[in-house]
Amino acid sequence: MSLKTFSRGGVHPPEYKLSAGKTIIELPPPEVAVIPLSQHLGAPAKVLVNRGDQVKVGQMIAQAAGFVSTNIHSSVSGKVLKVDQFMDSSGYRKMAVQIQVEGDQWLETIDRSDDLVRNSVLPAEDIRKKILEAGIVGLGGATFPSHVKLMVPQGKTAEYLIINGVECEPYLTADHSLMMERTEELFSGIQLLMKGLGVEKAIIGIEINKPDAIEKMKQLVQGSSVTVQGLKVKYPQGGEKQLVHALLKREVPSGGLPIDVGVVVFNVGTTLAAYEAVMKNRPLIDRVVTVTGKSLEKPSNFLVRIGTPVSSLIEKAGGVPDDTAKVINGGPMMGKALPTLDIPIVKGSSGILLINKNEARRREVKPCIRCTKCVTVCPMGLEPYLLMTLSEKALYDRMEPEKVMDCIECGSCSYTCPSSRPLLDYIRLGKAEVGKIMRARKAV
Amino acid sequence: MNKFIVSPSPHAYTGESVPKLMYGVIISLLPALAVSVYYFGIGMIIVTTVSVTSAILFEYLIQRYMMKVKPTHLDGSALLTGLLLAFCLPANIPFWMVMIGALAAVGIGKMTFGGLGNNIFNPALVGRVFLFISFPVAMTAWPEPGQWMHYTDAVTGATPLGLMKEGLVNKTVGEIMPEVPSFLHLLMGKTMGSAGEVSALALLLGMLYMMCRKIISWHIPLTILATVAIFTGILWLANPDRFADPLFHLLTGGLMLGAIYMATDYVTSPMSHKGMIIYGVGIGIVTVLIRVFGAYPEGVQFAILIFNGFTPLINKFVKPKRFGKEVKHG
Repeated sequence: MSLKTFSRGGVHPPEYKLSAGKTIIELPPPEVAVIPLSQHLGAPAKVLVNRGDQVKVGQMIAQAAGFVSTNIHSSVSGKVLKVDQFMDSSGYRKMAVQIQVEGDQWLETIDRSDDLVRNSVLPAEDIRKKILEAGIVGLGGATFPSHVKLMVPQGKTAEYLIINGVECEPYLTADHSLMMERTEELFSGIQLLMKGLGVEKAIIGIEINKPDAIEKMKQLVQGSSVTVQGLKVKYPQGGEKQLVHALLKREVPSGGLPIDVGVVVFNVGTTLAAYEAVMKNRPLIDRVVTVTGKSLEKPSNFLVRIGTPVSSLIEKAGGVPDDTAKVINGGPMMGKALPTLDIPIVKGSSGILLINKNEARRREVKPCIRCTKCVTVCPMGLEPYLLMTLSEKALYDRMEPEKVMDCIECGSCSYTCPSSRPLLDYIRLGKAEVGKIMRARKAV
Repeated sequence: MNKFIVSPSPHAYTGESVPKLMYGVIISLLPALAVSVYYFGIGMIIVTTVSVTSAILFEYLIQRYMMKVKPTHLDGSALLTGLLLAFCLPANIPFWMVMIGALAAVGIGKMTFGGLGNNIFNPALVGRVFLFISFPVAMTAWPEPGQWMHYTDAVTGATPLGLMKEGLVNKTVGEIMPEVPSFLHLLMGKTMGSAGEVSALALLLGMLYMMCRKIISWHIPLTILATVAIFTGILWLANPDRFADPLFHLLTGGLMLGAIYMATDYVTSPMSHKGMIIYGVGIGIVTVLIRVFGAYPEGVQFAILIFNGFTPLINKFVKPKRFGKEVKHG
């Protein structure tokens, strides 16, 4: 039997899952936490606390500013030092709440026990409400507010729930470890998301480089309407559009969302967060982060409070190796390079990757030899070489008909280019410029 | 405090590079080179050495003194151009003509357009056609295989395609075929022709190697070969006395060399798989038209150059299949 995968493009970078099979270790709260107000796609949340306020773990400290926005909760207990601008993983200074940690006092409403809660008696509406209140966003990295996904727009129907356990980025193992260690809670989370969406069928997509996770999930879902599908290892299969295509052979239309083809996709980590929100009354205050790198002493999977500085995670993993040249928030394909280690872990931080000098070595940009590799690997069927040329020459108006806005920024083109051309850099610039043109047109 | 490099994603790269790709193609040419040296001996060695060194030297001189840029003569691309030029010349051609051919290939074919990546036409073929038009006699005197120690003094004869073209004036295909080397000899390369084009088997081996290493895809070479086979097959079925069979066309002349090495040149071929198929079909049809109905016995060189010219147009109108245009509900 040939394994399922998406049909267009894709690459297979070396996997380097160094932290695979490492048990999740819970880290204590940091001494000082910095919790940004913008950890999600959409408008930054509106702050609710002031300097000097005492807060508890799980207390809401900022409220969603509109429909596409989310609530933010304190991940620690203590005193608010200030509400000011702090550098986040984008490298820019943005509004955040800084808290001096004192003890570890949780809100009484939160159920901190490990007891598994299987069946929810709550109606679908309450499930959605609880997820909205808990400030849950897509933990795969895109950080799209989850409650928005659960509100199926009028005229559209959700047929399938897809659980993204692909984790196609090299190095990262956070979702893998969750699937291994918290399988039953995850399954309960899937069932309540199905209820919240009103769908009958759910599919868990997992790449076959995690055979233990596939096996474990398969045993658990037996006899239910949830199926587990092993997928061929190929990047960027964890991209929503690619995953939907791999599992159902449905193509999400250009500019559309999975719901346009009757599908809603949730990441494994998000599903677990939804379980905790609904069944345990626990807002999103921590997450599993893979800390990894070839020169790192102890690549690990840590359960970390939101707002913990990156530096303390690396220390727990053995400290910064001498040959470190780059620190990436995320995986090597789509992660962001961090300027310092003084940056807080946020809801979207799936991994911290340390890249050594040898790997970070910049290669000389050579002329395009038109080898077609970038066109062949583009999962969206675009022509990166052409988009780069148009962007270089500032011919932005010609980029829109070439579908530049469909680019998912997976980086397969730059990854594969034998001439080391910065294809994606120029395409990003083009996307920003085309975005401006499109907004200006709308405004007229 | 630590200083870290901040750069946009991706942060990983394949180890692939232009020289690696070029040397990959060169490795795949080694079987064909060995066959040529086996049949044409010293002549092939002289022509190849002169062609390769001149191509590299001219690239260096032009970049260093005329374009005033950092020379890239060792990236493998000039070496490949020189090698391919030697492959499509007769092994008894005087060395100074080879040098002129290399100058035309690198100078006119490549550097005039701005160097690697910018040329419209395949440089090696530009060099070959330049020599073909300038020195028609020397370019159509083909040494008979097996004369190891003879260079310009080698005994010459006609190529199978030449025999066919001449013979069809007053004979039928059936009468000509006994004069042509057997298919086994054509496969192995014991025939007259350009030095590197004679052995279909060695070239097919090279193609397999390049496909396995993902240097080229199947689209261009197989489309050309299939088109030639189908087109000549139809003609042959219509009148086997007037038209040679498809196998004869596949194994003779520069078709294999052209389809596998010349037409697949990255720079001068289309960027999408659909475009490659259109390009391949076009080259196949024009090759057969020239061979069967044209004035020259062989047409693959002109067919490829013509479609090199069409490549920018093909790229403009033939796009890869974009993701997510049609909405399908299972």
